Amino acid sequence: MNPQGSTPNENDAAVSGPGAGILTLVVNGRTVQAMADPGATLAEVLRYGLGLTGTKIGCDRGACSACTVWLDGEVAASCMTLALDARGRQITTIEGLGDGATLHAVQRAFVEHDAMQCGFCTPGMVMSCAALVQRNPACTLDDVKAAVSGHLCRCGTYPNVFKATLAAAAQLRRSAADAEGRR
Amino acid sequence: MSAQKPPTKTQSVSYGIVGQSIDQVERSVPENEPPPLPANASLKVIGKPVDRLDAVQKVTGKARFTFDVQLPGMLFARRVVSSVAHARVVSVDTSEAEKHPGVRAVHVLNQPLLQHAQLRDEKAEAARYPTIRYFGQPIAGVAAESQRAADAAARLVEIVYEALPHATTLEEAMQEGAPLVFPGPTEQPSTAGGGGAPPGLPQRGNVRGPDTGQMFGLPRGDAAGAVRGADVVVDAEYRTQVQTHVPMEPHAMVADWREDSLTIYASTQFTTSVRDEAADMFELPKSKVRVISDFTGGGFGAKYGIGNFGLLAINLSRKAGAPVRMVLDRREEHVSSGNRPDSLQHLKLGATRDGRLTAIELESHGSGGVAAGAGVGFAHALMYPCANVSQQQYDVFTNAGPCAAFRAPGQVQGIFALEQSLDELAHQLGIDPIELRDRIDTGPTDDARARKVERQIGAEKIGWSARRAPNADGGAVKRGMGMAQSQWVSVIHPPTSCEVRITDDGSVEAFTSAQDVGTGTRTVLAQVVAEEFGLRADEVGAHIGDTRYPSGPPSGGSRVTGSLTPAARNAAYRAARELAGRLAPALEANADDIVFEGGRVGVRGAPATWMSFKDGVKKAGVTEISHRAVRQDDYEGYMMSLPQFAVGRHGIGGVQFAEIDVDTETGSVKVRRLVAVHDCGRPINPKLTESQIYGGVIQGLSYALYEERHLDPTSGIHLNANIDQYKIAGSREIPEIEVHILEQLGGQSSTDARGVAEPANVATAAAIANAFFNATGKRIRRLPLTPANVLDALRA
Repeated sequence: MNPQGSTPNENDAAVSGPGAGILTLVVNGRTVQAMADPGATLAEVLRYGLGLTGTKIGCDRGACSACTVWLDGEVAASCMTLALDARGRQITTIEGLGDGATLHAVQRAFVEHDAMQCGFCTPGMVMSCAALVQRNPACTLDDVKAAVSGHLCRCGTYPNVFKATLAAAAQLRRSAADAEGRR
Repeated sequence: MSAQKPPTKTQSVSYGIVGQSIDQVERSVPENEPPPLPANASLKVIGKPVDRLDAVQKVTGKARFTFDVQLPGMLFARRVVSSVAHARVVSVDTSEAEKHPGVRAVHVLNQPLLQHAQLRDEKAEAARYPTIRYFGQPIAGVAAESQRAADAAARLVEIVYEALPHATTLEEAMQEGAPLVFPGPTEQPSTAGGGGAPPGLPQRGNVRGPDTGQMFGLPRGDAAGAVRGADVVVDAEYRTQVQTHVPMEPHAMVADWREDSLTIYASTQFTTSVRDEAADMFELPKSKVRVISDFTGGGFGAKYGIGNFGLLAINLSRKAGAPVRMVLDRREEHVSSGNRPDSLQHLKLGATRDGRLTAIELESHGSGGVAAGAGVGFAHALMYPCANVSQQQYDVFTNAGPCAAFRAPGQVQGIFALEQSLDELAHQLGIDPIELRDRIDTGPTDDARARKVERQIGAEKIGWSARRAPNADGGAVKRGMGMAQSQWVSVIHPPTSCEVRITDDGSVEAFTSAQDVGTGTRTVLAQVVAEEFGLRADEVGAHIGDTRYPSGPPSGGSRVTGSLTPAARNAAYRAARELAGRLAPALEANADDIVFEGGRVGVRGAPATWMSFKDGVKKAGVTEISHRAVRQDDYEGYMMSLPQFAVGRHGIGGVQFAEIDVDTETGSVKVRRLVAVHDCGRPINPKLTESQIYGGVIQGLSYALYEERHLDPTSGIHLNANIDQYKIAGSREIPEIEVHILEQLGGQSSTDARGVAEPANVATAAAIANAFFNATGKRIRRLPLTPANVLDALRA
């Protein structure tokens, strides 16, 4: 251990910090490494350590949800998650939604229904709405409102977020029914 | 001064509201003006709900905001702000901050602050550092290798203050003998973002004014006399609160100072204003300053110029020799980057028994903190014909953060009072509020014509005929319905310019320095260009947000679409005609017979000649065709015109209807439905227009019901300066909103487009307040409609 008590390699010691050390994370299915101190939030590491700037920070206290990512498929505020606590979990960011080449049904519906204006809150909104339709393709308007209730959109684009998410859910239900029919 | 007027021709253009009545009228138009466009139904791209061109970038996180710009060697900055509300700065010690690991530069502001009112006599206050006039005022900045280092170092800057007494509330500051925010009279020239105050007005203590509305031809007649002689008088006092902008992307800049140039990445509503202010403050030629704004995460009026944060960022970049990223945190954003001023309005209306408006008499006070610009708009002067109108609008300085233009500055506050007093007048006269508007909203301008139709459409959609008498419900929860009208001016940015370029492979591109704050600038630009070439919007490269492109308008005053699209269409038209001319010999045809349609080009009526657009460009032997066009003046000229700012003779209207429930036991108000019927000239993209109207209505609802800045009067501290403390309408508060958009052809430009962002936000609070009266039989004259204010109103 060096005099600052920092750990150059996370595997060397159970104690990390206060200096930066190498952090290994699984982001969008890939194992990646970044330098981070124990105070670093996941949002900071994604944005400044890994260059994944699709994840936004709007308030830095979990009040606007612009920083929403998935941890093991569940939505989480990455500005309220210490990067160290994301070790060993599957992190999905807006850059990893869909399969790269094609958009997720929610992303397509957001485009079609213009569920965005300035677009700053959009990645976070998309992550929450995509999680909702995957979890509950039979979601209702109230479910959508609940899913984005922590998200602030100052442009006031909510009505189109609702329409888009319900349309995407309907699309997923149709796809599921088609797949069922083919079996 | 004789501006060179281009030669003109007479052109027959359509005038009216599509689906209502359209007339052909003659206009004198510049000789090189393209033929008028038909109604949207006959067009291919304009008027169609085209997907936002950058939508995929936005839903995939690829859209690069200034917040996301990361340059090699980039430093992170933090401001040092005051921890007192009013003080002289005795000393600033930066030595500890400079020693902090990772710190590369520290800069202390030593010049008058931007966005603040300025002393008329700057010698009235000679000091090394600017006087602190509000809690949270920027003093210095630190740039370091990480944000955390910058934040830590900023806390190490030692400031010694000599405290002065402060006044943070409007009423307190208006008192005789109140602590003086400024030691002498002030001036605040209006900036590109609007705001500011008329020059040379008297100032007594903290109260500056009155602005008597000379600019709009006031005073008119004898308002006080007409009030005295009126059959019916409505005399009421209204209070509105301070609202903060809260764009999701805070004010942000990355400044990259080099030996030979300055590049600024800016989250801005007006790239040109950033360039010009930077050039001015740092004495650089404009040619050496480049401003880039790929995406701006909302602005709503507050993002103009470089601001004090930008002043710091550029200075820090120059000192450190590295790019510097300065992004306000959410607290700073609330406290110091702008707000909508509050107001205290005393409004008297006089009318005849048969519902003719005979007098409007207004006295208003409002505070924009340390900045002027707290007027309550121009509706009193311009909206309803009335022979006797007077206004006295005062600014009151307080020790609070500076105001900035905010979506229909002044007009939102003014119309909240005016439209509620008219509702009360209708009630007193026993006339339906819509019928009263039919009698008094009789001006000759397009907005008045539009509102007449909008009232009918809205009434039908909300089910106005089922509206009951006030206070009809017996239980605790009472339901009511109300309506209010909107008005905004058609603002044009005369220097707006656009270049359209065709390249040898068939590429078509359009260039303007205008930015996109979320309205869809790229998309509407591409649409009007695509229409001329028979292409799809997504086949046109729309390049915006860079001061190296021809001068574009600010995204403010609802002026982008109305300013930009005529210039873009004219440039595209000329480029298309030149291409046709070059193709004519190859096709052995007259250039006038060559048309562009469906991605193809050919001779009208000769199918054998048709080929793809790309092949057409190749056949024409084009290397590059480029045309640049400037926004021609409105065909009928302007009501008011300056080199950088013109106001059309016709305004923009809009009528909104609200249905609400009031719980008279808890004081909670729930909006059930909103119907918003709006005009914006020719809608270029109804899908994007609808989005903007949703946004305006929701911001209006949020202002009406929830938002309010709270300052602690003892310390001047902004108590609710974050998103979890400053309530804004969220998903659960969104009612059913129905939007209806007129297609109105004004015959004033080659696209007839006008704006909509502001009118969509103007009427909402008044419509909700009028619904409150219909629900409860009580007036609520104080915003927001929080339970406390509601219960007060119900007890009155």
